[in-house]
Amino acid sequence: MVLIYIDQDNQEIKKASLEAISYGSALAKQLGTSAEGLVLGTVHDDLTTLGKYGASKVHQINNASLNHFDARTNSNVIAEAAKKLGATVLIFAHNINGKAVAPAVSVKLNAGIVTGACQLPNTDTGFVVTKTVFSGKAFASIQIETPIKVISINQNSFGEVVGDGVAVIENLAIDVPTSTLKITSVNKIEGEIPLTEASLVVSGGRGLKGPENWGILLDLAKALGASTACSRPVSDSDWRPHHEHVGQTGIQIAPNLYIAIGISGAIQHLAGVNRSKTIVVINKDPEAPFFKAADYGVIGDAFDVVPALTASILKAKHGA
Amino acid sequence: MKILVCISKTPDTTAKIAFVEGNTKFDETGVQWIINPYDEWYSLVKAIELKEKDPSVIIHLVTVGGADTEPIIRKALALGGDEAIRINNVTNDSLTVAQEISSIAKEGAYDLIFTGKETIDYNSASIGSMLCALLDINFISAATKLDLNGNTISVTREIEGGEEISETNLPAIVSCQKGMAEQRIPNMRGIMAARTKPLKVLEATVTQATTNIKQFSLPPTKSGVKLVDPANMDELVRLLKEEAKVI
Ligand SMILES: Cc1cc2nc3c(=O)[nH]c(=O)nc-3n(C[C@H](O)[C@H](O)[C@H](O)COP(=O)(O)OP(=O)(O)OC[C@H]3O[C@@H](n4cnc5c(N)ncnc54)[C@H](O)[C@@H]3O)c2cc1C
Ligand SMILES: Nc1ncnc2c1ncn2[C@@H]1O[C@H](COP(=O)(O)O)[C@@H](O)[C@H]1O
Repeated sequence: MVLIYIDQDNQEIKKASLEAISYGSALAKQLGTSAEGLVLGTVHDDLTTLGKYGASKVHQINNASLNHFDARTNSNVIAEAAKKLGATVLIFAHNINGKAVAPAVSVKLNAGIVTGACQLPNTDTGFVVTKTVFSGKAFASIQIETPIKVISINQNSFGEVVGDGVAVIENLAIDVPTSTLKITSVNKIEGEIPLTEASLVVSGGRGLKGPENWGILLDLAKALGASTACSRPVSDSDWRPHHEHVGQTGIQIAPNLYIAIGISGAIQHLAGVNRSKTIVVINKDPEAPFFKAADYGVIGDAFDVVPALTASILKAKHGA
Repeated sequence: MKILVCISKTPDTTAKIAFVEGNTKFDETGVQWIINPYDEWYSLVKAIELKEKDPSVIIHLVTVGGADTEPIIRKALALGGDEAIRINNVTNDSLTVAQEISSIAKEGAYDLIFTGKETIDYNSASIGSMLCALLDINFISAATKLDLNGNTISVTREIEGGEEISETNLPAIVSCQKGMAEQRIPNMRGIMAARTKPLKVLEATVTQATTNIKQFSLPPTKSGVKLVDPANMDELVRLLKEEAKVI
């Protein structure tokens, strides 16, 4: 059986988990087995709807003490659940919580693990999982040698596959150890889509000259309904908050559309965005290295091009 | 107070990524090796900051790798570690690395174990979490801030769309990222002192890998940029809608 860990935050199911279910159920089909979900804690969502993504069953450990994430407790509980249910493959989203628990679970199950997978395993001979390495600059195909396998999948690499199944909910009784981690506060940035979950991203670099010029970028992001990001020097200079920094040493993202404004395209920047499906580069220097990694390029001054692009988008939206 | 800082060696961020031997090995020709930036800039410097506040803090460094990691570990000592341990095991298997580190960690009875968020070559982001299971102590990942108060730490970690602050007693494992500390450059005194700091080499004890890399490959190259006239943004919008189908 393929068991998919369904991550929750504040009693709501994380978007990345829906993709993990889609991936897990495609893998289950390939292996001729069932795909089942595992939820820790109590959640507000209707768990039967997870059937749409391919889970035939959802096992729920209905214990409110699991509503707060603790890597040590969660990994203990997930490993116990996997043993009890006889899971042979475990799937996690390669998001913040998935990264924190999947490797610990693999240790407890004596299972080989591949983190950051980007496609379905090849199970023709053996079990070979392909993942991105060198920050998206290459792929490695890795054979898992153990009977039980653990995989975490890169966000936005497989996509959500929606059908019309309905999942059966089953309560699972597992002893929950008392967490010794105390959460003292949670600060959410209001109304913003987390960068790793955004499908459209508008990003600015040092070419915008200073924080006072970010208005044109924010207008474009608003017109598109996009999240905003920036290059490292921009966040290092506190022009923009640190959580917007993308790249090798920042956040790695893979949106459908990445628009880079006044960013030169240094290799360390590209390492965070090269998995984007479509890249648009706006730069006044035709020699900027970013153009080599772009699908569409506009050679021009951002201060003219960006407002014009925003106007065109608004025009297209409201049906010219 | 004893801190163990896990140090890994990675190719320089600008290294050319190529493969040899039928795409089964990373091509190391001409590659400059550096301390994994997360280990150097954030976890090591954070440990040094804690020592600067309380000189009784002892910082040990551990690396799992061949003799070619020694320049890296010397640099880490120059930045501020007290002693280093190298476990002589050349492997790409995360579990092997974590098991080697866990036996050092058990022996040394460390209060705090720092890892980087991930290595920039294999991007596994696994060692901290594996140590959590192997040592059965608390683990806080993707930390951006840490305060030590006696036997307790308060750690801020990144979560999707915000941050979360939690507290735990020591011992604990923390994986570090941007925000924890500021990058430093080793000074001459540090470099001189590093030459005589102890660097202990231990033989490998773990031999059974759970995973094996079969093949590397490179992403397909982009077909080339399509340039759009800056005076015609309607055309760019049309392309994004009709050709790329992303908006
Ligand atoms: C170990 C290491 C890790 C790193 N990690 C990261 C990382 O994670 N993320 C990251 O981003 N960087 C990272 N860097 C830094 C990286 O090397 C570059 O220095 C950085 O990405 C450059 O940022 P930038 O493109 O905003 O600025 P610049 O390189 O200064 O480029 C500005 C661009 O704006 C253009 N421009 C100027 N004016 C205009 C205008 N009016 N209209 C349009 N275009 C204009 C210029 O032509 C230029 O191409 C790292 C570096 C190192 C050494
Ligand atoms: N070979 C190694 N020796 C010591 N520490 C390591 C090694 N590999 C990884 N680490 C530590 O574990 C962190 C996460 O690495 P990884 O799980 O491989 O992405 C790194 O930032 C290091 O702190």
